[in-house]
Amino acid sequence: MAYSDKVVDHYNNPRNVGSMDKSDPNVGTGMVGAPECGDVMKLQVKVNPETGVIEDAKFKTFGCGSAIASSSLATEWLRGKTVDEALAIKNTDIVTELSLPPVKIHCSVLAEDAIKAAITDYKAKAKPVAAETAARV
Amino acid sequence: MKLPIYMDNHATTPVDPRVFEAMRPYLTNIFGNSASRNHSFGWEAEEATEKARKQVASLIGATSKEIVFTSGATESDNLALKGVAEMYAEKGNHIITAATEHKAILDTCKRLEKHGTRVTYLPVRQNGLVDLDQLKAAITDKTVLISIMHANNEIGVLQPIREIGRIARERGVLLHTDATQSVGKVPVNVLDDNIDLMSISAHKMYGPKGVGALYVRRRNPRVQLTAQMDGGGHERGMRSGTLNVPGIVGLGEACALAQAEMPAESKRMAFLRDKLKDRLMNSLDEVYINGTLEHRLPNNLNISFAYVEGESLLMGINEIAVSSGSACTSATLEPSYVLKALGAGDDLAHSSIRFGLGRFNTEEEVDYVAGKVIEVVKKLRELSPLYEMFKEGIDLTKVQWTAH
Repeated sequence: MAYSDKVVDHYNNPRNVGSMDKSDPNVGTGMVGAPECGDVMKLQVKVNPETGVIEDAKFKTFGCGSAIASSSLATEWLRGKTVDEALAIKNTDIVTELSLPPVKIHCSVLAEDAIKAAITDYKAKAKPVAAETAARV
Repeated sequence: MKLPIYMDNHATTPVDPRVFEAMRPYLTNIFGNSASRNHSFGWEAEEATEKARKQVASLIGATSKEIVFTSGATESDNLALKGVAEMYAEKGNHIITAATEHKAILDTCKRLEKHGTRVTYLPVRQNGLVDLDQLKAAITDKTVLISIMHANNEIGVLQPIREIGRIARERGVLLHTDATQSVGKVPVNVLDDNIDLMSISAHKMYGPKGVGALYVRRRNPRVQLTAQMDGGGHERGMRSGTLNVPGIVGLGEACALAQAEMPAESKRMAFLRDKLKDRLMNSLDEVYINGTLEHRLPNNLNISFAYVEGESLLMGINEIAVSSGSACTSATLEPSYVLKALGAGDDLAHSSIRFGLGRFNTEEEVDYVAGKVIEVVKKLRELSPLYEMFKEGIDLTKVQWTAH
């Protein structure tokens, strides 16, 4: 199968590879997929709690070239977006940007799932802190 | 050393220049139909196919009359299974085969099942070998055929055909073996190995694509088949159709070369394969060989690099031609059923690479490939959340994954 130039670029020069501190209250971690399926993505976002803007994003992926490219692209798009803007990212945007063939569309779906999982994790961590602050006030 | 490097010799092999030279006259001025009995054009063609028949027979310890030319091993497999099932239908309707057979066997069995044949698919052990006690227990008085491949195309494991043949003989059952991957690489003798039917393919042994053969035993016992290709009655009525003269000449020459060069070549293949294996295993952790090394083709290495997915690895070594058992590399998105049958676990199937070394690979190429693979595995492990978890001491089997 021929890869698009963008997929090859992300594969050779993946953006934002790495890990953040999971215990940091401003970090949301999403882990989706399963080793038996051949696809596992870990996506992390670091959110500025005051502005709600994603200041940094990191990823690690076990999967094919399209899966690596999809998650790498996701971290590129997440940086600088607000949490709500991030939730609006659709897998179809990834498919278009990377010219993914039909058989690789599920890689983009997994990337969208990873974004949502990371944001959900961040929100779940932020909620009790906000409630606590409200209670103290 | 030229790029790209070809190390996928289980998929196909380049045509040896000597084979091509032997074929050339039959693609140019010796063009007769070998069945034309009345003129020199036919006689010349027939002389060539009969010479090839002898060459094929010689390699496997058979006689000329026992060689049926076909379009390849897939057709030979079809002819063997369907031909026996139909011919011996009154004797019984049970066939025994193995879960790791090539699709040419498995799919043919599926079709026979639709028409009333019962098929037993024997499991294999973790080393890839069939359990002989399970085989013995599966034989009934309705069993007409056992079909077990000699060498597996994915993991290169060699089944104990001689023993299986002995068991089949004792119980009066015919033994067919798909020897596509083993003929020309390891010694095969239909008499010593108790084989009644055997499939061969030219393009797996440095011959052209589109031609193969089926060995059909004539004595002790005499095997009969119902033809699957009807027509002019060629190949003793077993396979009609004008002979592919140039292809057959190529197959014959390939067999002759294999017979002459096998001892030295198999030693060299084993040396190169072991060099590759040792370099990979010494430079990387969490590397697993799929299937036993003890009973294996000398040129095969099927190896899993844990925590790295196969297709992404192939992408990284894009100037090296190999294949993978990963789902991502298959048209159906299913991981390799052969690796699954070994009980390895889908995650190791997704991380597997198959190297098939061949006559034209050099030590320099092996060194280059080893270096490249090590480099790419290390790079992909930096990207792998699974390797990270492994390094942190997390037991991946206990994790709750959110597969969709």
